[in-house]
Amino acid sequence: MIVTIDDLLLKRGEWLRGEGPESDIVISTRIRLARNLAEFPFASRASQQDRERIQDIIRQVIRQSPLFEDVLFVEVDKLSELDRQFLVERQLMSREHAEATHPRALVIHPTERFSLMINEEDHLRIQAVQSGLNLEACWQLVNQVDNEIEKHVVYAFDEKLGYLTACPTNAGTGMRVSVMLHMPALAITRQIEKVFRSLQKLSLAVRGLYGEGSQAMGDFYQISNQITLGRSEQEILKNVGDIIPTILNYERQARQFLLKESHDQLYDRISRAYGILRTAQVISSEEAMHLLSSVRMGVSLGLIEDLDIPFINDLFLHTQPAHLQKLVGMELDGNDRNLERAKFLREQLGRRASAGQQKPQ
Amino acid sequence: MKCQRCDKEAHFHITELLGPKPVEIHLCQDCVREYLSESPNEAVAAAGAAASLAQQMLQQMAVSQTAEELEKLDKLSCPVCGITYYQFRTQGRLGCANDYTCFRKELENLLMHIHGETQHCGKRPSRPAKHSELLTSLIRLRREMQEAIAAENYERAGQIRDEIRRIETQVKQNRS
Repeated sequence: MIVTIDDLLLKRGEWLRGEGPESDIVISTRIRLARNLAEFPFASRASQQDRERIQDIIRQVIRQSPLFEDVLFVEVDKLSELDRQFLVERQLMSREHAEATHPRALVIHPTERFSLMINEEDHLRIQAVQSGLNLEACWQLVNQVDNEIEKHVVYAFDEKLGYLTACPTNAGTGMRVSVMLHMPALAITRQIEKVFRSLQKLSLAVRGLYGEGSQAMGDFYQISNQITLGRSEQEILKNVGDIIPTILNYERQARQFLLKESHDQLYDRISRAYGILRTAQVISSEEAMHLLSSVRMGVSLGLIEDLDIPFINDLFLHTQPAHLQKLVGMELDGNDRNLERAKFLREQLGRRASAGQQKPQ
Repeated sequence: MKCQRCDKEAHFHITELLGPKPVEIHLCQDCVREYLSESPNEAVAAAGAAASLAQQMLQQMAVSQTAEELEKLDKLSCPVCGITYYQFRTQGRLGCANDYTCFRKELENLLMHIHGETQHCGKRPSRPAKHSELLTSLIRLRREMQEAIAAENYERAGQIRDEIRRIETQVKQNRS
């Protein structure tokens, strides 16, 4: 049960559980549906009153359905900047939703397996997440949430064009499937651009960790469908699902290539990354992610034996600016954050390493 | 017609929409290549979906419309939410579901461009939407009420408010 946003802090969100199929490379599977209520104008023409009424309608729906028992309903415009940033870091809402100024809300399920953004670009953005590669389970969940809401509201829908959205790029199914991958070896071997170009030919988009415009921090990449109209949800799932094994195979081949052809350099790179993370006194979020990326690969390849993937996943999240500040328990400026981040990493990794040594060999 | 940049024959007739008013440009095969590579494509790609959508529209419409046709099109407005085609074209976001009806032709072109298809197949609401026209009229009435209030025409605003309530009750009764 979660009562406040801070209750999420020490929980491992669904997308970082480090479990599920292919979880050495696939971090998470995410599906969002864009929906609008037929009786209100889209966001760009909605008045303050319209937005408040939309929020109230969804709040009522949530109260009536057992599926939404125990969810947290958050009025985003009433949150502190730190809380908003925290929710973006956890991938529970978009940066746009965090940065807007009008009335808007977020509904979070305690497992973080689904969330609703209310009054984002569309009236409703329903999102479901699964750890690892799990397209079908993710679709089942998001579809279930959508069906539940639809019992109580009338969506804007056109017989020919499907679900109507504020931006025509989402019309039809309103569905965006994103698979988040950790692909450090393709980055090291400089083959990642080639993979991206071939994906673009298949109408698939590649983005960084935090969506549109974000850089590929920590070698995380999200692959998603661009076409939403004229293909059924199952076809879209298949379009994305069919290409993932090929990409996983490329990344695994690149890892094996590095292990075989430049084992010493790879082992050195990973060991140094681990060494810096355990000893640094000042470290930025970007540097931490970059080094954690190497360590994560080292763990998957068995080159580092005293850590596991879920623990590294936590470190990725906990060293993000808002998470770090919440863990430390106070607001910090950039310089102080870099000091505290280094201290946090030394403590976490020091503790782990000594626990690892005590294990009987 | 001659190319505006050299003396060769112009084969490309472009309507440039990035400025405040549409401008027609006539170029030959060599100069058009140069011209297109000057376009701020990279900056646009980084700015996200809305901008790249607008970019797609600009490119698409530049080849199919004259400045005159475009000026006429830009003035089209949706009777429900009041957005003009120009506003949509520049912001990349629609104002309400009815825009898909009132800008149908242009949007179908655009949707074809984006998705390669204009016929939805996939999930649909389990209950047929009986009152979609009534629901759409609520959008228009609420807007008209706001306008009446802004114009201090309270009598008219009151009439519209009653009309809105009547429709809301009707929709609610039919639903339950």
